[in-house]
Amino acid sequence: MTGDSSGVIEDIIETAHAVRRPSVIDAENLTKRFGSLTAVQDLTLHVDEGEVFGFLGPNGAGKTTTVRMLCCLISKTGGKAKIGDYEVGNSADSQKIRRIVGLLPENVGLYDDLSAYKNLDFYGRLYKCTEEQRRERIEYFLKMLGLWDKRNLSAGTFSKGMKQRLAIARALIHDPKVLFLDEPTASLDPEASKTVRDFILELKKEKRTIFLNTHHLDEAEKICDRVGILKTKLLAVGTPEKLRELLWGSKTVVQLEHVNDAIVAAVKRIGPRNIEIIDNKLVIDVSNPERENPDIVAAISAVGGRVQFVNEVSPTLEDVYLKLVRS
Amino acid sequence: MDLQNVWTVATKDFSIFTKKKSIMYSFILFPLLVSIGLPLVIHFVNVQSGGIPTAALVLLLNAFAFFFVIFAATLPVAIASYSLVGEKVEKSLEPLLATPVTDGEILLGKSLAAFLPSLVATYGGCAIFMAFIDNLTFSQLGYLYFPNWTMGVILLAVTPLVCLLSVEVNVIISARVNDVRTAQQFGGILFLPFVAIYVAGEIGLISLETNNLLIISAVLLFVDAILFFVSRSTFRREEILTKWK
Repeated sequence: MTGDSSGVIEDIIETAHAVRRPSVIDAENLTKRFGSLTAVQDLTLHVDEGEVFGFLGPNGAGKTTTVRMLCCLISKTGGKAKIGDYEVGNSADSQKIRRIVGLLPENVGLYDDLSAYKNLDFYGRLYKCTEEQRRERIEYFLKMLGLWDKRNLSAGTFSKGMKQRLAIARALIHDPKVLFLDEPTASLDPEASKTVRDFILELKKEKRTIFLNTHHLDEAEKICDRVGILKTKLLAVGTPEKLRELLWGSKTVVQLEHVNDAIVAAVKRIGPRNIEIIDNKLVIDVSNPERENPDIVAAISAVGGRVQFVNEVSPTLEDVYLKLVRS
Repeated sequence: MDLQNVWTVATKDFSIFTKKKSIMYSFILFPLLVSIGLPLVIHFVNVQSGGIPTAALVLLLNAFAFFFVIFAATLPVAIASYSLVGEKVEKSLEPLLATPVTDGEILLGKSLAAFLPSLVATYGGCAIFMAFIDNLTFSQLGYLYFPNWTMGVILLAVTPLVCLLSVEVNVIISARVNDVRTAQQFGGILFLPFVAIYVAGEIGLISLETNNLLIISAVLLFVDAILFFVSRSTFRREEILTKWK
């Protein structure tokens, strides 16, 4: 791991590459420009079969543009990408890719005048599902999502959460190899968000490959096997735990009766480390808390310091995300 | 091109239109008003003036027949604006574009959804109109005035071409406007040139007879062909997702 932030990020990406398995989504230096604006630059990532991959980034980071490129909705400006065996950008493969991916766009875009059943049936027909497949899958997903009793009601009468669930069913109607979910819980109330999240977790159990664009870092942490953080360029990719470990490290917080220079000097003598003083607390960077914490406490006691509490700071994915995005 | 996909898109739009009261009223009331109203005008003038001279009656009937061209320019506006701008407003185009259906299939399906009902309503209204007129004028003319060559050219050439023109213009308008009413207002402007032709026919500037109608059809065919390429280039996946505002 190198000292400057860009070096750290590269190391994380390299680490992720080193352990990767055969993947369903492969992107190499994928780039999209709109005139002079670069929306996505040199995106390289791989998503394995059966993996839930979270794509995090601020508004305008290029998440939706990436999904649209991968679903062959818009062209790429540079680089290459594959979904399964098909190449993104190859006109002969575009239709094949659209056949094996399911997309839940940011705006659900249901037909409000059609019933829930007819909305799904229409898409089933476009994906060339047989009548029997359509009937079975519509019943399966609507029951799974708690919408079966409302199948004959117009989608326009549905709440936001119900519409979102129906749109997820629509994205799954042809049993896609890869499911792209663009902000599936955005603008939903907590209960509706939980229902959608639980459903995604059900899909995860079925070993579906899911590419999840989200703003909700806790959602990414709960659902995703790996996450990528994008801000036009891919800043980092890895498991939430790996990112936390590599980007944040461990911190020990020592609550004292009083802090003085002798105590700080004593802690520094144990080894070079970053120490932050907040009121009567020392926030100390440690690499191995189990080994170093007793030494720290002993050093403080040796110079007359009185330790009240010792805690470990566990960074959240949000801390990692903010650190990366702000850097 | 997969015609099954085209038909699936078109029938989905038909299902939606049947739920829109404003569209249903347009497609039922408008043809009925014209097809019954125009013969009533003839009847009223006959009663008031003690009979229209035969030469004047024939001119009037030809001019009235052209009314159905104006009709064909107006009706598709109601559907096409919902079909395209409606989907744009409801943001339902993106999931549709994410399916394996091609841009051409979607465009053709949507065009058919606007074209076919408009044509059926025009033909239906025209059939009623012809039946009433024949009933009213048979005693004076001594023969059934409709169907005739003029009406044949209007129904088989001019009307479909005008319908097509209206649909294509709406596709182009859809890329630029954000609500159904604005699209309908812009699309509605299309009927003005045909009203102008109608008025020119009424005041005797041009004769709306078979030969002139064939010339109008040829011009329409040319304009339709040009607009087809313009509307086709407007209706592209990337264009719709990134430039349709």
